[in-house]
Amino acid sequence: MLYNEPSPHEVKVLTRRFGLADSASIKTYLKTDGYVAFEKALKMKPEEIIEEVKVSNLRGRGGAGFPTGLKWSFVPKTSPKPKYIVVNADESEPGTCKDRLLIENDPHQLIEGMLIAALSVDAHAGYIYIRGEYRYLIDIMDKAIAEAYEHGYLGRNLLGSAFHFDAFTHTGAGAYECGEESALLESLEGKRGVPRIRPPFPAVVGAFQSPTILNNVETFCAAPAILRDGGAAFAALGVPKAGGTKLTCLSGHLNKPGVYELPLGFPVKKMIEEVGGGIRNGKKLKAFVPGGSSCPVLTAAECEGLTMDYDALAKVKSMLGSGGVVVMDEDTCIVKVALRVMRFYAHESCGWCIPCREGTAWLRKLLQRFHDGHGQRSDIVLIGDLAKNMLGRTFCPLGDAAAMPTISFVEKFRDEFEAHLDGRPCPYEPANRLAAHLVAQ
Amino acid sequence: MAAPVKLTIDGKAVEAAPGTLVIDAAKLVGINIPSFCYYEGLTLQAACRMCLVEVEKAPKLLAACTLPVAEGMVVRTETPVVAEARKYTLEFLLTNHPLDCPVCDKGGECELQDMVFRYGAGESRYSENKLHVDEKQWSPVVFYDGPRCILCFRCVRICSEGMGVGALGIVNRGAVSEIAPNHGDHLECDECGMCIDICPVGALTSGTYRYKTRPWEMDHVGTICTHCSNGCKTTLGVRNGQIIRGNNRDRSGINGEFLCIKGRYGFDFTDHPERLQSPLMRVNGKLEAASWSVALAAVAKKFSEVRARHGSFGVIGSTHTTNEENYYLQKFARSVLGTNHIDHHRSGDVVTLLDALSGTAGSLSTTADLYERKAVLVVGADLSSQQPFLAFQIRANYRHHQARVYVVTENEVREDGIAAATVRVDKGGELAGVHSLAEKLKTESELVIVFGDSIKGEAVRELVAFGNSLGIPVKYVALVDYSNSRGALDMGLVPELLPGYQPSNQPGMTVGEMLESESLEVLWVVGANPLESAAMKAKDAFVVVQEMFLTETAQRADIVLPAASAYEKTGTVTNVTGEVQRLKTGPSTMGAKPDLEIIGLIARDMGLAAAVGPWIADKVFEEIRATVKGYSVPMAIISAGGAAHTMPVNGRIPVESRPDLIHSSRDNLFTSGTLGRYSKMLGSVMEGRQA
Repeated sequence: MLYNEPSPHEVKVLTRRFGLADSASIKTYLKTDGYVAFEKALKMKPEEIIEEVKVSNLRGRGGAGFPTGLKWSFVPKTSPKPKYIVVNADESEPGTCKDRLLIENDPHQLIEGMLIAALSVDAHAGYIYIRGEYRYLIDIMDKAIAEAYEHGYLGRNLLGSAFHFDAFTHTGAGAYECGEESALLESLEGKRGVPRIRPPFPAVVGAFQSPTILNNVETFCAAPAILRDGGAAFAALGVPKAGGTKLTCLSGHLNKPGVYELPLGFPVKKMIEEVGGGIRNGKKLKAFVPGGSSCPVLTAAECEGLTMDYDALAKVKSMLGSGGVVVMDEDTCIVKVALRVMRFYAHESCGWCIPCREGTAWLRKLLQRFHDGHGQRSDIVLIGDLAKNMLGRTFCPLGDAAAMPTISFVEKFRDEFEAHLDGRPCPYEPANRLAAHLVAQ
Repeated sequence: MAAPVKLTIDGKAVEAAPGTLVIDAAKLVGINIPSFCYYEGLTLQAACRMCLVEVEKAPKLLAACTLPVAEGMVVRTETPVVAEARKYTLEFLLTNHPLDCPVCDKGGECELQDMVFRYGAGESRYSENKLHVDEKQWSPVVFYDGPRCILCFRCVRICSEGMGVGALGIVNRGAVSEIAPNHGDHLECDECGMCIDICPVGALTSGTYRYKTRPWEMDHVGTICTHCSNGCKTTLGVRNGQIIRGNNRDRSGINGEFLCIKGRYGFDFTDHPERLQSPLMRVNGKLEAASWSVALAAVAKKFSEVRARHGSFGVIGSTHTTNEENYYLQKFARSVLGTNHIDHHRSGDVVTLLDALSGTAGSLSTTADLYERKAVLVVGADLSSQQPFLAFQIRANYRHHQARVYVVTENEVREDGIAAATVRVDKGGELAGVHSLAEKLKTESELVIVFGDSIKGEAVRELVAFGNSLGIPVKYVALVDYSNSRGALDMGLVPELLPGYQPSNQPGMTVGEMLESESLEVLWVVGANPLESAAMKAKDAFVVVQEMFLTETAQRADIVLPAASAYEKTGTVTNVTGEVQRLKTGPSTMGAKPDLEIIGLIARDMGLAAAVGPWIADKVFEEIRATVKGYSVPMAIISAGGAAHTMPVNGRIPVESRPDLIHSSRDNLFTSGTLGRYSKMLGSVMEGRQA
């Protein structure tokens, strides 16, 4: 089912089958150009497929935004080892809820994307790593895989060619860390989900010590459209250097939260006002998170004239990330947001390296105390300082993910931190407001 | 070899082999980049972030422990930015660390303390509650204090990689992560204590040492372990004449820092309450305490009397006493007492091996060879249980050099896990098993063959013939049981051989024959317990026993003379691979004397001291070096605490090697003959296993 009404501003490429009757079935898929791109790719040379993906300007949709065609081209052609396709469906970034819709509504699009990637590097097996909490998606995915085997889109001699490919689902066990690609591979191999030393990168040494293409669900799902309609057509949907559309997950204090497929470069204000239906109860915008909880927060002023694409957001020192947009209105306590974010990262830190393990735990306790009204002026500096000591010094990007938003909260909303000082509890808590009112009388 | 890579570290030009890590390259020019998780020889972690360094053109600090050197690289290891990063990493580490340093075992030799001192992170801005979990005991040996743990994962790696055991893992996530046994709440492992010694902080502590002392109150005595034949160096921590700790953290021996449970914790027999501290003499059928002068005079009188009438003496020597003591004992027996009835418990057919290798050079393996040679064949031995250091060397060779390991044994052994080929044979089928590997072994470029006591006599010759047929350089190790089993053979503690494998050409009784003989008048047992499993026929024989404990043999004695253990004297011992090392005196036990001194005093009281020479270990060793074939080893190596390989005899040994007398005691990791019975720690581990 759909979780929200579509918006007229959407450009439906990856979500084109959303809302169709029985959209997850292979019957519907085949009726709507399903596996056409795979058929086309079967007749292409691997380097032609990669070239098409390069032309499309598709960038990784998991958060880092690395050019996908380039990533695929890193897989060594001459390696005697088997190659693998791994789908990162461990969607765990707070604010992000798009991959599950792609799997729920159109699992065959993902299988086709895997097949195209497999053709480009001569891989014959693929794993879909689905986060543990998405239990129900495994059934949907398994059913789709079974259908694909029945219809000859998985297995041996696909469409009469010599090409063969097998796909498997694999479930995570509830660790955010396993969304980091190398930790995901460790987990896939049955080990503790901690990241690996990189380099080597998965393209060279990935699953089972073999070259691996590892991408986000949405990235793979873009491949059929690119092959079917051409890389140039996909590129034209977006902005220079970043082609296509992005599934954007609007959440927070909006009238119409939901997942919308918007072309890259969509204006932020328009997205909030028109796609998201504006802020609830006519309140004012206070803060804006563009791409999941790990992105530095933006103020209302910074959103003016801003567009949703990799480069524009990098210019304001934030990120497009996974497309998890969180909109916060004027009644939001930023200290509480910082605490909520840090609670998440302290809970999810895998414990491998010291700065992340100890830093997130310290910051969680410190922010809790601070929010409770027991903060000191020096704590404000300390919060920023601890985050800066984590930034760039941890083993994997999770430490940065915890540090970046924290630094931005302190820098951009220092007055809110000041408002919690001197024994004053959070001014945004309704109970505290009443108390303040009574004292004033 | 590829051309070296040139780089600059802290302004110093460095040349390092391609692939060298920056942290190792820095050591080449004397720069120590700090780390907790990086540990030479173990897999890389990059977890502690202490080794972060500045690299020119890199946008952020990089971990030196996972950064290979590159041409023209410019590294700075101690800039203000680096120092600050380290200081803050330490501040992070100390947030949940309990800071109970005043009572912590590690206080004073703690890497975390040293690091905090170095980077001045003494002040903390942490004012939240610390995490706490209770301490856990995982085995009689191993205790874990979670809050002290800094999660460097050294213990996890040394257990799985170094020991091939994998008893430790990690549970939970984030700041509440903990090290935990992989079998629920207890360890199923070798109890070797490697995890404890490798721990940079006081998170892992040992049942023998915890809360006993401050490290600086001990004297550290590097000596050789007295248990199995591998000859590991163990550094004894001695306080007030008592051994408190054994380890080898300075890696000064052939074993590096490897030690098994016996080397680390099996020293506690030295102060066992049943340790003999006074000579005993049989009075009215009962053993009663006597003074040294009375007891020695009684022994001397009896010896003189029997000697005067050419009566029959039997002498049984030890596999634990020093080369000097063994040499001195056989010299005394043969030249003063005029007997050739001298023997000891034989556990490996070294004699036939040396004879079969006669005329070849470099065919005897050292412990280092097991780490360096490209292939190893293990025949009929459970190394990880009986020869733990040799097993460790082979595992390290496999990990670091991808050595091919071949196994021919009756039962499953740990080496199977790393073996290129494994052959399971029935008892006695070892040689056939070895032959079945011929084609595979011929593809190797070199080989070390390690064989147990199932290969003896003719089988040894066949094995050597097989080795010769491979057409590659082959080295051999004949396994023996105890710390100086090899030295006892070398020093001629057998009737058929004089020191240096010279034939004695005189009839002499073996241990079994002495016990069977009805006409034996004196049985003199120095550090052995033959009556544990056999009876003695000569009911009226006068029995003199030099022992640490009242063993079955000592209970039969007419006079018992309390002996010092190997940890309480000097001298040399020779390990299974023929490497000679020197013992150093650690503690002393009141009342006990070294066997060398006891023998010397008997000679003195008999008025025959001049015939055997001074009972000073160094003097005796000088004589051994001058007269015993193979023992002209460089004194500089021995004196410096090193291991000197004995020269091969390299000549035929025209005697029968008596394979019928060769039997290994099959001690496992937790037993060690008589000594093991008096070690509380070994005993408690054994009890735990049987329960």
